[in-house]
Amino acid sequence: MIQAPDLPGWAAALVALLMLAGALITLIGSIGLLRMKSFYARVHPPTLGSTLGMALIVLASIICFSVLRSRLSVHEVLIGVFLTITTPVGFMLLARAALYRERSDGTLPPADRGEE
Amino acid sequence: MTAIMLALSISVAQVMLGLAMMCAAFRMIWGPRAQDRMLGLDTFYNNSMLLLLSFGIQTGRTLYFEAALIIALLGFVGTVGLSKFLMRGEVIE
Repeated sequence: MIQAPDLPGWAAALVALLMLAGALITLIGSIGLLRMKSFYARVHPPTLGSTLGMALIVLASIICFSVLRSRLSVHEVLIGVFLTITTPVGFMLLARAALYRERSDGTLPPADRGEE
Repeated sequence: MTAIMLALSISVAQVMLGLAMMCAAFRMIWGPRAQDRMLGLDTFYNNSMLLLLSFGIQTGRTLYFEAALIIALLGFVGTVGLSKFLMRGEVIE
């Protein structure tokens, strides 16, 4: 399924570059999620995709729809703002829940035991 | 020429996002404990949201944007609810 919006040359190059960079950064973050050893190390890599990767793809979408309709179209910013606010909150709750569980099980790894 | 280049790079970006979703799905299947599976789920819905945005760019429709926004909203609610469940054993106290 090869299909593309009808964009002028500069906008097409910009959108293509931003899409490729955002998707590559998201892929790197997800590979990190697969390869890291402990849970507390695994919390870090997915945030690469939900901050920088999301920002680049949202920027590509803004440029694409603004040029297509020849007016400023910024409703994608909603996704950016929402994800920027909720990602740290969600991951912090998740890490605290994991810490609580491992403390109550006594399975907290020794490297993490000394620090709060 | 630029249209073919744009179409190819959007397709390559979609393949990359699909591979990222596969990585998250493997973490969701193999995760040694429940918190690893939740981390995989969180990454999975984030990547699916980005994939929907790329479909929106490809077709030039705003239909996909609304689906992406709803996935982002409900995914956050799901993460918070499951975190509360892991911590206390119940969602609403």
